[in-house]
Amino acid sequence: MIWFANAFAWLADPAHYAGVNGIPVRLGQHVAYTGITLVIAAAVALPLGFLIGHTGKGRSLAVQVSGGLRSLPTLGLVIVLALLLGLGIGAPMIALVILAVPPVLAGAYSGVESVDPRVVDAARAVGMTGWQVLWRVEVPLGLPLVIGGLRSAALQAIATWTVAAVLPLGGLGRYIYDAIATYDYTEMFAGSVLVIVLALVVDGLFAVLQRLVVPRGVVAAGGAPAAVPA
Amino acid sequence: MIWLQQNAGMLWGLTLVHAGLSIPPIILGFVVSLPLGWLAYRFRVPRHAKIAFGGVVLTAGGLLYAIPSLALFMVLPGILGTSILDPVNVEVALTLYAIALMVRTTADALASVEPDVRDSSKALGLSGWQSFWRVELPLAGGPLLAGLRVVSVSTVSLLSVAAVIGVNTLGYLFLDGLQRDFPLEVSVGIVGSVVVAAVFDAVLVLVGRLAMPWQKALRESRLTGVGEAAAS
Repeated sequence: MIWFANAFAWLADPAHYAGVNGIPVRLGQHVAYTGITLVIAAAVALPLGFLIGHTGKGRSLAVQVSGGLRSLPTLGLVIVLALLLGLGIGAPMIALVILAVPPVLAGAYSGVESVDPRVVDAARAVGMTGWQVLWRVEVPLGLPLVIGGLRSAALQAIATWTVAAVLPLGGLGRYIYDAIATYDYTEMFAGSVLVIVLALVVDGLFAVLQRLVVPRGVVAAGGAPAAVPA
Repeated sequence: MIWLQQNAGMLWGLTLVHAGLSIPPIILGFVVSLPLGWLAYRFRVPRHAKIAFGGVVLTAGGLLYAIPSLALFMVLPGILGTSILDPVNVEVALTLYAIALMVRTTADALASVEPDVRDSSKALGLSGWQSFWRVELPLAGGPLLAGLRVVSVSTVSLLSVAAVIGVNTLGYLFLDGLQRDFPLEVSVGIVGSVVVAAVFDAVLVLVGRLAMPWQKALRESRLTGVGEAAAS
């Protein structure tokens, strides 16, 4: 337990908050990289997932491709793209987006699919077009699952950007790699604590968001949203 | 190609270490999750206390699963008192992830067994223990196997990160390839890891077929419609 005390002493040291290697800058990099990854992955995967969920077409292909991507080792994908495409943020960003797409996609189509078919039929019966059914019925009712997909992707991105700090990109993972080189376990432990706290805070924020997006009508009807753990 | 031939021995060694270290977390995760998942299923509704025990277990699993792997590898030596380079850290971390994932799967799989079937087994005079082993667990086998396959794929994939802390899995090829600016070496590592994952997946599917022959009958009856003769 001595390592907890050492790590907290390290985290409390004002010297570790200044400059380009300071905690605020590296935390900012980590959050920014993760945010950009999520935005790009969402832009690609949400429309596709909604389409798959709404039409029911292409689902088995999406499941297979997602399953295949899951077996790709993240560190290897990041490094091979960096070697092939050159250093900089571009190559790892492509790798991270590739890894973030499957959970967002799965959340999008399973969210739309989770809507009771009777509700969709009712929406059609009152004269809604396919587009209106999707945006006014299926997406709002499936939103907790959609956010759940983004939540998994965000955690995956935070974890992978940590590992990706093997490239000179900064981020919180840099503390871990620097400390491995110098065998400084205090810094390794402190850097890991920062990464874990960031992941848990983001997970918590998404959990709250998942509860907030449940439509008022569903809450009033006492329907438990499927994506929110009891 | 010459590089491949010259280093075949090393590649095979790394593959064996990678595969060997993948096995304990998968098996331990499954074995530990059975009782934990059963408890989470059994006590999913609050009884005496305000909070259900099952909910606590599942929430703890969810939080654990949110922790990035490299960070978990790093903090475990400080908690366990092990050396940083000890592969035990990686094994413990991957077992924890496996449990975190399998507990929820097990609880959901047990909950998916029809209440009518449960009641029938009770009416036939089976004890709770007998009903669990002879009726509920076999019927929950399909989702359990699906969960175990996810655990297997992610365990094999995560093990390459262990190379960062000096455990010589196939991930060593990623770090070495980066230092030498040698994409082929990294690609070989990726392919090797994917192949190990595919072999494990095939083995799990095969074990599932052998252990649960009724799943095949279930699949066929779903495909052809109950009561209809199979076309082929």
